[in-house]
Amino acid sequence: MANNKPLKKVDLIFSEAFLNRDELKEVLSRSADEVIQELLDSGLRGRGGAGFPTGLKWKFTRDQKDPEKYVVCNADEGEPGTFKDREILDRVGRKVFNGMALCARTIGAKEGYLYLRGEYRFLLPKLYQILDEFHEDMKALGMDFHIDIKLGSGAYVCGEESALFESMQGDRGEPRNKPPYPTEYGFRGKPTVINNVETFVSALIINRIGAEKYQKLGTVDSRGSKLFSISGDTPIPGIYELELGMTVEQFVNEFGDGDTKAVQVGGAAGFCVPRKKFTDTIIGFEGVPTGGSMMLFNSSRSMYNVLHNYLDFFKEESCGQCTPCRVGCQQLFLGIEAVKRGEKPASYLETLLKLSQTMKITAKCGLGQSVGNSFHSIVNNFREEMIY
Amino acid sequence: MKLKIDGVEVQVEKGKTILDAARSQNIHIPTLCHHEDLCVAGNCRVCVVEQVGTRNLVASCATPAADGMEIRTNSLKVRNARKHIIELLLSEHNADCTKCYKNGNCELQALASELKNTEHMFLDLVERKTFTVDMYSPSIIKDDSRCIRCQRCVRTCEELQHVSALGVAHKGDRMKISTFFDHPMFEVVCTNCGQCVNRCPTGALIERNYIDEVWDAIYDEDKFVVVQTAPATRVALGEALDLPPGEIVTGKMVAALRRMGFNAVLDTDWSADLTIMEEGTELLTRLKKALVDKDPNVALPMTTSCSPGWIKFIEHTFPEMLPNVSTCKSPQQMFGAIAKTYYANKMGVDPAKMVVVSIMPCTAKKFEADRPEMRSSGFKDVDLVLTTRELGIMIRQAGLDFNSLPDEDYDSVLGQSSGAAVIFGATGGVMEAALRTAYEIVTGREVPFEGLNITPVRGMEGVREASIEIRDTLPDWKFLEGVELRTVVAHGLTNAKQVMQWVKEGKKSYHFIEIMACPGGCLGGGGQPIPTNAEIRAKRAEAIYREDAGKAIRKSHENPEIIAIYKEFLGEPLSHKSHELLHTHYVERNRY
Repeated sequence: MANNKPLKKVDLIFSEAFLNRDELKEVLSRSADEVIQELLDSGLRGRGGAGFPTGLKWKFTRDQKDPEKYVVCNADEGEPGTFKDREILDRVGRKVFNGMALCARTIGAKEGYLYLRGEYRFLLPKLYQILDEFHEDMKALGMDFHIDIKLGSGAYVCGEESALFESMQGDRGEPRNKPPYPTEYGFRGKPTVINNVETFVSALIINRIGAEKYQKLGTVDSRGSKLFSISGDTPIPGIYELELGMTVEQFVNEFGDGDTKAVQVGGAAGFCVPRKKFTDTIIGFEGVPTGGSMMLFNSSRSMYNVLHNYLDFFKEESCGQCTPCRVGCQQLFLGIEAVKRGEKPASYLETLLKLSQTMKITAKCGLGQSVGNSFHSIVNNFREEMIY
Repeated sequence: MKLKIDGVEVQVEKGKTILDAARSQNIHIPTLCHHEDLCVAGNCRVCVVEQVGTRNLVASCATPAADGMEIRTNSLKVRNARKHIIELLLSEHNADCTKCYKNGNCELQALASELKNTEHMFLDLVERKTFTVDMYSPSIIKDDSRCIRCQRCVRTCEELQHVSALGVAHKGDRMKISTFFDHPMFEVVCTNCGQCVNRCPTGALIERNYIDEVWDAIYDEDKFVVVQTAPATRVALGEALDLPPGEIVTGKMVAALRRMGFNAVLDTDWSADLTIMEEGTELLTRLKKALVDKDPNVALPMTTSCSPGWIKFIEHTFPEMLPNVSTCKSPQQMFGAIAKTYYANKMGVDPAKMVVVSIMPCTAKKFEADRPEMRSSGFKDVDLVLTTRELGIMIRQAGLDFNSLPDEDYDSVLGQSSGAAVIFGATGGVMEAALRTAYEIVTGREVPFEGLNITPVRGMEGVREASIEIRDTLPDWKFLEGVELRTVVAHGLTNAKQVMQWVKEGKKSYHFIEIMACPGGCLGGGGQPIPTNAEIRAKRAEAIYREDAGKAIRKSHENPEIIAIYKEFLGEPLSHKSHELLHTHYVERNRY
């Protein structure tokens, strides 16, 4: 593998193209079948992190008979280390709305919602202005589609799609049991497409430039390019659009400070890749998936502190309804403290590893299921830092 | 749907869960947050099972059974996960079981007992947190240190009762079951119905018990301790003493109470008959005022007032409709007021030295007895209220072998009752009892139903409407000739709210409304033995109607002790004395 190959930077998401009414009209004139086929051919997978094939999601929702359907854009960007959606909304918000319109046309929805992270309230004036123009264009194009914005209130778990619906409905933001999935039972119990901000933009771009061109980027499992939010011990933090399929090694060569010890891929809910695994770990669905968060740590960082911080976050941000997540997070958090202080033997880490495995397979939603990712990868790779 | 569970082929209809399918084959999957009366939560994760081909385990209570599924309920993966989950729950639970009121009747304890894990797998989280126990309410105690956050209580309060006094607050490690701004239960919209207590799997929600106070009174030489037993207790007490649901244990209960040392064992059924006399007359009087006097101020429809959970609910929720509520006190309170006046006088007992104890299927009765309005005898009319569960505990404490006790009769007076009184314990019973008497007062004939069984008002439907046409009245009641008396029965406060909403919006018009706060009426009351479910409630109801059918007297107005008290003491229904002792008023309360 040519690990030293420089990364391919791409400019699709933020490019100024595809914004005027005529171009939108052209995209919207495509049939639902065409749009869905294009997405399926492109291999686009959700950009929020979970990576569900977007074409399938739209297809499942379109196939539902219910006349009432919704398009929801998940802009509750709460994963630690992620800040790309904020930038998309700030710089090319109109593209997001256009992508939602394309989805609405495809699945047959008349209402769309942008669920905006509460801390991004400052974007509202700008977004409302863009929405005004968007609604004018919708009218001019004879399309009956309206988008509203709902603000979150700061709970991380509300980025989980079913908790997000509950929050939008004015209820407590707690994840639902699945199945049924949102394509069948989403917002207000109606078939709903819920996608990440970036996914809507990518779906729009793919239907403009064609799947063939798009899928030339990336690998078999991870097609295309995506935005990365790069932070931590790097001289050049920021947002970059990169072709998928690079190794962590390639990534570190480009963004590291020369002393990178570990990279946390996918935020607190993601995986920690230690230096020894940089060369054979691919960033993508075949290796370590990410919704965009990339945090670099150099050798001055204590991985115990990193993990302690994540667990502190999870024990507070768990919605608290299911046992494995609510109690499990507290046990992991206090457990590593007890080991560090010598109140529990080092072997207690094995108990905790097993617990994190149980959380992974029994928690009700993605939050509790993914706490084990960082726990496992940090404890296993930096065991001595946990103990001494 | 055809699936395989632990190698066994199971066929279930669409919409059933994996848990339903397993139970149909008597395959035991442990559960905690699941309850037959409530919507599925899928919170506790105790019921996770392995679905072959799926990486994660699935919650069997929340996952629909699907064709071709292969489920393992007892694989190593499942066992290990279940063990972890139960240990996690225990680590967050104040497991000081010997100091817990639910010791011996706790679902978490039962799971732990099944698990037989003898070491502490995880850190004790309870000692790292502070908890306050809410003990302000005379009815319900809420101890968060025992709470496992299954949210059964929250679902009960919201779905069955539409009260939502309990809700979930905060998140993560601070997540807890709370009230409006964490006020004490006593100060919020809680109706004290105790349905949450019936469904709490642990000791987090329990009744406030007065067991020691009652023993103290019994052994106080200076006191004359009178006990009354509510209609629904006699068909459920057995469950608290290892008998199957649906056993009628009236005679054994009387025998046990006598052996425990009560000075007189009397019956709330007696005052239920008294209630019918007062309430039936009140209804007819209101109808007369409306139809003959054309009094615009008379409030119709009239609702029953026996259920203290319902009373507090309407005080909070529809205070503008309080004039519609019958002014009659509940049978418990009528009993107390009469016991400390008429009865005390008759027995030559100083009412100041009399202690009235009641055995109720209800936690709200504890609150009711404490209401300031309930002191018309010059004393606190009812001193101490015990639930059916507390009586069960006391019978065990007394060392009585309940099952081998003989059947004994109530003492007299205030001990005789009709079948109409016993059916107060079931939803529709007050309506049926009232109709048996009112119809006869108006027409001089028995209600036109075979065996006096007014079946249209019986059953477990949440809202049941029935109408009865009045024909060939006696001369005094000519104004009711041809009137179609429209009635409705509702049980569970969600249904009650619906009916009152209809009335308020003018969508429905009735003359008489019976409302019971609890599902199934008092037989499903918040003070009844745990567990409860539709099947158990149906068995209790069946027992109640059996008890009614077996009674020599079936109509309240034919109860000789009732006839006697009107002759000797009260005069007639709604007399001045009745008003003083047997009627009350209500107060408006805040909506939170």
